[in-house]
Amino acid sequence: MTSSRVRAVRDPRAAVRAAWTETVVLAGRIACSLSRGLRLGAGGVVGGRVVLALEPKALSVLTRGRRVVLVSGTNGKTTTAHLLASALRTLGPVAHNASGANMPDGLVAALVDDRSARYAVLEVDELYLAGVADAVHPAVLVLSNLSRDQLDRGFEVHAVAEGVSAAIAAHPGTVVVANADDPLVVGAVTGADRVVWVAAGAEWQADAVGEAPARPEVRWSVDGSGVRGPEGTTPLRLSLPGRFNRGNATLAMAAAGALGVAQPDAAAAFAGVTSVSGRYALVDRGPHTLRLLLGKNPAGWGELLPILGNAPALLFVVNAHEADGRDTSWLWDVPFEQLPARPTVASGEQAADIGLRLSYAEVDHRTEPDPLAALDLLPAGEVQVVANYTAFLSLRRRLARKAAP
Amino acid sequence: MSGESAVRIGALLPDVLNTYSDGGNVTVLAQRLRWRGVPVEISTVTVDMVPPVGCDLYVLGGGEDAAQVFAADWLRRHRHLCAALAENAMTLAVCAGLQVLGGWMEDSHGRRHAGAEILDLTTERGCRRAVGEVVTWCALPDVGALTGFENHRGATALGPGTAPLGRVLRGTGNETAGRGEGVLTDHIVGTYLHGPVLARNPALADALLHAVTGRALQPLDLPDQAAVRADRLSPRRRWPGLLTPERAGESIARIREHRSRRYREEAPHGIARDRRQGPGRHDDGG
Repeated sequence: MTSSRVRAVRDPRAAVRAAWTETVVLAGRIACSLSRGLRLGAGGVVGGRVVLALEPKALSVLTRGRRVVLVSGTNGKTTTAHLLASALRTLGPVAHNASGANMPDGLVAALVDDRSARYAVLEVDELYLAGVADAVHPAVLVLSNLSRDQLDRGFEVHAVAEGVSAAIAAHPGTVVVANADDPLVVGAVTGADRVVWVAAGAEWQADAVGEAPARPEVRWSVDGSGVRGPEGTTPLRLSLPGRFNRGNATLAMAAAGALGVAQPDAAAAFAGVTSVSGRYALVDRGPHTLRLLLGKNPAGWGELLPILGNAPALLFVVNAHEADGRDTSWLWDVPFEQLPARPTVASGEQAADIGLRLSYAEVDHRTEPDPLAALDLLPAGEVQVVANYTAFLSLRRRLARKAAP
Repeated sequence: MSGESAVRIGALLPDVLNTYSDGGNVTVLAQRLRWRGVPVEISTVTVDMVPPVGCDLYVLGGGEDAAQVFAADWLRRHRHLCAALAENAMTLAVCAGLQVLGGWMEDSHGRRHAGAEILDLTTERGCRRAVGEVVTWCALPDVGALTGFENHRGATALGPGTAPLGRVLRGTGNETAGRGEGVLTDHIVGTYLHGPVLARNPALADALLHAVTGRALQPLDLPDQAAVRADRLSPRRRWPGLLTPERAGESIARIREHRSRRYREEAPHGIARDRRQGPGRHDDGG
């Protein structure tokens, strides 16, 4: 109390600024509770928008004095950020945009929610990376991969990579934890002063043709026995499925290592992460047990198809809102031809688009735009559900509503 | 059918020109032949290969600026292939694939790059990027409305005597006077439409296949096709587009009737832009 008063006397402008920040944060919180109370949504993003409208420099103000890690890239950023946040919590409280709202309003909402945490793990949409980095001066930047996604918004993959590259060049003090297996990432990061290279895997190479930078020597890698890092090999017991999630965990462990988390501590924290904002979660509904998987683009779907391996039934849900990309052409880059025959339903607002794609892949299926009605077309038991962004969010919301008493 | 020679499809540069998933056009063409009992051979021609010149049908897709310049140079180096595209085979060229067949195109810095000079057209950098759904009316007989998704910044000017593939009803297209979209010659169908365009417009796929095989192709009935088209062709396109096949069928019939009436009336003077009005009575769901 006394000390703050003394400071106020010494620098009245700082006191006014601090009071303004508190007012803005309060306004943001009120907007959040109003939005939640009125059931307009989860509320976070609305609060963030209010704060940004009143204080355009909110990102910079709210991260002052914190160690910030930014996680960006096309795929895997939400999972990597969740794993990383779990590891950093072994050091202390962490502010984290856990919902996956990764544009500035979502970031601000997470920072407003937790004002005291010394660490912040912020997943950032790759198109906003440069602006966000300028505002928050990240200690660490994690870059997972770059591939085609929402081209109606990003237009060209290489232009996105150039933006990322510029963001990195503008922050020479930032430690960049980068995926050495993705040629577009290597191209974007090369030239940065402080890089920790990680072999995190990259199946999708179709956007990197003509990019032939030499693969840098890696400090971190992963195989069946676990993560190999500077401290040796640490066994990895993930609850999340898929080879790509072992790559995400390796990136997260390397980033946590840059901030002083020992490999075994990070691995122990990772084991406790069972679902990532609803992804990979198991949900019981009537006679069905659903496993919810999020696939946003061809690279993501391509990684998911192999883990659908022995699923007895499949439900694909596809929308085409702005957050999904309004062009559904990407469905034709997903190798559905490799799916073995089993009960399958095409669903979502673009059910017909994915249904048509399945027909050309000769995958026998039925088509039902409403995903809950689509479940009734599938046999009882386990159903693997792959949905794109807004389809996933809306399905989760409806499942939660049904489950509520 | 036995002994029938296979239709040879050349998928040109899928490693360079497939940013917008136009490779699906090859899948559509091949399946529509196979399902009708016509054998197909697909040659996937990547940058490191000497392209075959004997294919019946070539397919080019869209790509980014650097890829496009690369593809144009590659085509200029393979003059025999260019001759085949111009004189022997049928070709579907989409977006950057369309631009590289012309005289020149401008990159994002306004620099001009030479094209393959097979088509009499040139492409400047437009004043804004055209991104969104497009509906055109196709100049090919019996094809009707074309639907697709455009994502480009090219303003393509056709030379005198070169005709567009269609007239824009909704969207941007070539972004030059006359509201044309794409290009149509005896051997080449060029368009800005993704989707992929042949998945959205099976009549266009069959027009190409008919030109190549010279035989009548029996219709194919794919369960979701009508809904895919109706979702985009509905004059009152709604989001979310929850359309049942029955409603999709009605909607398409309505559009067809409306359009054909209007085109009969307006065709000689060019086609007025869709004003998003229904065809007189428009009882929806009532």
